[in-house]
Amino acid sequence: MEASLLLIQLLNGLQLGILLFLLSAGLTLTFGIMDFVNLAHGSLYMLGAFICASLTQLTGSFALAALLAVPLTALCGLLIEMVVIRQLYSRNHLDHVLATFGLILCLDTIAEIVWSPAGIAIALPDILNGQLEVLPGVVVPVFRLLIIAVGLLAAAGLYLLVNHTKLGMLIRAGASNRTMVGALGVDIKTLFSGVFAIGAALAGLAGLLVAPIAEASIGMGNEIIITAFVVIIIGGIGSMKGAFIAALLIGLIDTLGRSYLDDIFKLIMSNEAAETAAPAISAMLIYLMMAVILAIRPQGLFPASSR
Amino acid sequence: MKKLLSNALISAAILTPAIFSPVSAADEVKIGFVTTLTTGGASIGQDQEKAVNLALKHIDNTMGGKQVNLIMADDGFKPEVGKQATDKLVKQDDVDFVAGYIWSHVLLASRKSVLDAGKFLITANAGPSPVAGKLCHENFFSTSWQNDQTPMAMGETLNQKGVKSLYVMAPNYAAGKDMVAGVERTFKGEIVGKDMTKWGKDAQLDFSAELAKAKASGAEGIFVFYPGKAGPAFIKQYQQAGLRDILPLYTVFTVDSLSLPKLQAGGMEGVLGSVSTQHWGPDLDNAANKKFVDDFRKDYGSYPSFYAAQAYDSILLIKSAVDAVNGDLSDKDGMRAAMEKASFASVRGEFTYGNNHMPIQDFYSRTVVADEDGNWTTHIDKVVLDDHQDVYAADCKL
Amino acid sequence: MSETKLKNNSKPRPLSFWINAILLLLLAVVPPILFITGQPFWLDVFTRLVILALAATALNLVLGYGGLVSFGHAAYLGLGAYAVGIPTYHALYGGMDAIASFNGFLHLGLAVLVSALFALLTGAISLRTRGVNFIMITMAFGQMIFYAIVALENYGGDDGLTIDVRSEFPLISLDNPLTLYGLCYLSLLMALFIVYKITRSRFGLTLQGARSNEERMRSLGVNCYRYQLVAIVISGAICGYAGFLLGNFSTFISPEMMDWTRSGELMFMVILGGAAFLCGPIFGAAAFILLEEVLRDVTIHWHLPFGLLLILSVLFFRGGLSGALDRLRSQGDKP
Repeated sequence: MEASLLLIQLLNGLQLGILLFLLSAGLTLTFGIMDFVNLAHGSLYMLGAFICASLTQLTGSFALAALLAVPLTALCGLLIEMVVIRQLYSRNHLDHVLATFGLILCLDTIAEIVWSPAGIAIALPDILNGQLEVLPGVVVPVFRLLIIAVGLLAAAGLYLLVNHTKLGMLIRAGASNRTMVGALGVDIKTLFSGVFAIGAALAGLAGLLVAPIAEASIGMGNEIIITAFVVIIIGGIGSMKGAFIAALLIGLIDTLGRSYLDDIFKLIMSNEAAETAAPAISAMLIYLMMAVILAIRPQGLFPASSR
Repeated sequence: MKKLLSNALISAAILTPAIFSPVSAADEVKIGFVTTLTTGGASIGQDQEKAVNLALKHIDNTMGGKQVNLIMADDGFKPEVGKQATDKLVKQDDVDFVAGYIWSHVLLASRKSVLDAGKFLITANAGPSPVAGKLCHENFFSTSWQNDQTPMAMGETLNQKGVKSLYVMAPNYAAGKDMVAGVERTFKGEIVGKDMTKWGKDAQLDFSAELAKAKASGAEGIFVFYPGKAGPAFIKQYQQAGLRDILPLYTVFTVDSLSLPKLQAGGMEGVLGSVSTQHWGPDLDNAANKKFVDDFRKDYGSYPSFYAAQAYDSILLIKSAVDAVNGDLSDKDGMRAAMEKASFASVRGEFTYGNNHMPIQDFYSRTVVADEDGNWTTHIDKVVLDDHQDVYAADCKL
Repeated sequence: MSETKLKNNSKPRPLSFWINAILLLLLAVVPPILFITGQPFWLDVFTRLVILALAATALNLVLGYGGLVSFGHAAYLGLGAYAVGIPTYHALYGGMDAIASFNGFLHLGLAVLVSALFALLTGAISLRTRGVNFIMITMAFGQMIFYAIVALENYGGDDGLTIDVRSEFPLISLDNPLTLYGLCYLSLLMALFIVYKITRSRFGLTLQGARSNEERMRSLGVNCYRYQLVAIVISGAICGYAGFLLGNFSTFISPEMMDWTRSGELMFMVILGGAAFLCGPIFGAAAFILLEEVLRDVTIHWHLPFGLLLILSVLFFRGGLSGALDRLRSQGDKP
């Protein structure tokens, strides 16, 4: 019993980690290649969820809506990049943080006006609403397996893109030496826009995967984006491998902390004290981990080479 | 451009205070209503706003022969912002009554501003234990309940249904703890597991880990309290985890007229048949409630939530006070005495006020069903607690 | 302060000097007049403005002059406010006799001391990192304090804590809104003076040198780390003091006030006013608070125009308000 529960929690942690990876992959791309800090990345995640929710209501099919929502979110990202973000590449990180902070306020309010503050639930087809017994005694919701599968697929796709395509080569080259890429005669502007749109698409994908579990709601991105930042800092800024490992690590630690910390605390303190301390410590856990890792390795676990 | 902008900003900084000046009108009743009009919590605030407007329509916008001037204010789901909005209502608009307050922490942050200024404060939802006990005040009234009461009714319901073991989940904040304490106070069976999840701005909405634990615990039922957007999220995951037939759902303040349409749109049949407790329901049989629910549905096309019902009552309570003194708003003692009688036609039926100005009222158990048109709503099964008074009244020195 | 500036400066008084002087004068005169003429609400707005200007001035020392982008300064505001709230709570409801008191000096001392200690501890670790990592690790420490306070259920946790009795001082009573405003205003002047003195000192010049070229400073044998740490501690202490005032002003405190968005707002005030300009944070806080009040009156969706202005100010308003003034002056100087 205990072992199967642990397995279920590991799967849950894996699923959270995958979602975090989808978000932090976009951050890593924009950060790695453009040296741009995008706090508003979470708003794209929210847009993805809302667009998918609206389309599901419109078309009656979650699958179709999801297929349409990803490119549409990428389009939104492209638009934002061309209007605001593009002007900011030459600025320092502080300006990035402030301007994208403003973007969050704008996008959240626009979403509130367009979709009403109530939030939208997404109806799933019956097959995705069911459960699957993956091992004897280990029953998990089908949709969560789907999240894991889609996330891993996206990660694999990203790996191929970065390591085996010309675009990926430019991305890698840009991450380590931006002037060099420019000197090679590559149209930096288009490259940047394209990369930003890919990041937006990944954020939108994460958003529409979460929406059927929770719902599309205003400000949903602000809650998770800070965690995604923790992921890329721990992983080492600009490193896709680092982001992947750190995302899974954070997902597992957060989930396992929530599940087992009170039991562990009960071994060393009174029940009452454990019930008070456990939620607080598990909420702080990822920040604690980040502080410790940065104190020991200021560049994160897997810093991108030669920045 | 830059010059223009800097000039504009500086002159705005200097001149703005002069634009605003207090308006004084003695021939109107000024009511400030503080609720959540932005952020994800705004669907509750909007429901309350609809009910307040409906109440004003029903009373011809008149109290004691005077016109009502309603000022809605947004708390942005934050205690600090709520307090600032309250300060503005009290100091700038000089309102006679301040009503509203969905959230316990916003109420606790704001109450001092209202009461110190000698105004009446009427909570239309939040009922944290301090305001019912140690911090009770002669000018404070509630048209809702004390936090512990509804889960106490749930504990009693569980006993009556013969549930022996229970898994408990609630968000980790004051109201969440009150809810858990309430159910623990009356439930006679064993609580086999308890999870207090992260709440606040980055509230936890993925309950997979907790649901897995709940399922493994082998409890005969699960009790949850998830207000606002966390409610539908929880119920969906509850259904997706396939717990409907294994672990019956018992809720307080989670399944309401705001979440049910969303759950229905999302095809979440898991919630049908789940049991909740409340002091009110849209199908509660009395004339005032019929009029309220029918007109609300006619005007807005949905069932009112309990938040709306309480907001509606808060306006009627204020009217009963102003009517009693014939519009003499300086007669605070007269208005207070009138409110203490609870003599208006409440949508919850007859009730009385305790010494702490919290309602002494019935609590019902309700089941989620589909109505004759197929819309999901709640159906009242029976009275669980009769004329129930909160346990903190004894701490109140009034 | 202005006098010293004048003596050191052989050039005629710059336009920004006059603007700063007028601003400080207005802040001294306008709010009390508003209060006396029956606008107590606006005195509240200005009190909040001055307190946040004080906090932003503290942030300006590290962010503007030191070039260290701290994304966690709201934590100090919170620590300072809880240094008022917790002793008051125990004085009223018993327990913790060591700190249970209404004594304002105790509150003030605690606020400054705890903030300075927290700054020392977190600064020592944060300074090991650079760039975005520094931004994010300071934010992480802020979040840790946020969740730590949330966990303190005795003091209200998430729901916050009402301060029923304000800090008590001999002779003056903070319950009088005008007295409270006066104290806040004088504190702001004091902080400006301190920051001014620091930036003109050898210490301050080294700090600014480390901002523009840390490598060179190091090759000159200067230990930047120590200077930056001291700056962070001073800044934290002043910001904690602002928190002490904020607690006494709002009489309600909650973890919300140390949320990461609050740190973002403080940063915005510094940048909007113009980083590394002495009075910049006051401009920034004034623009921020008054804009918020005015827009909130216009529409409940005030976040939209507010966010737009934020973006526009970053895009087209480099150097902030003070920067614009300086450009104005330099244009005026040209024949």
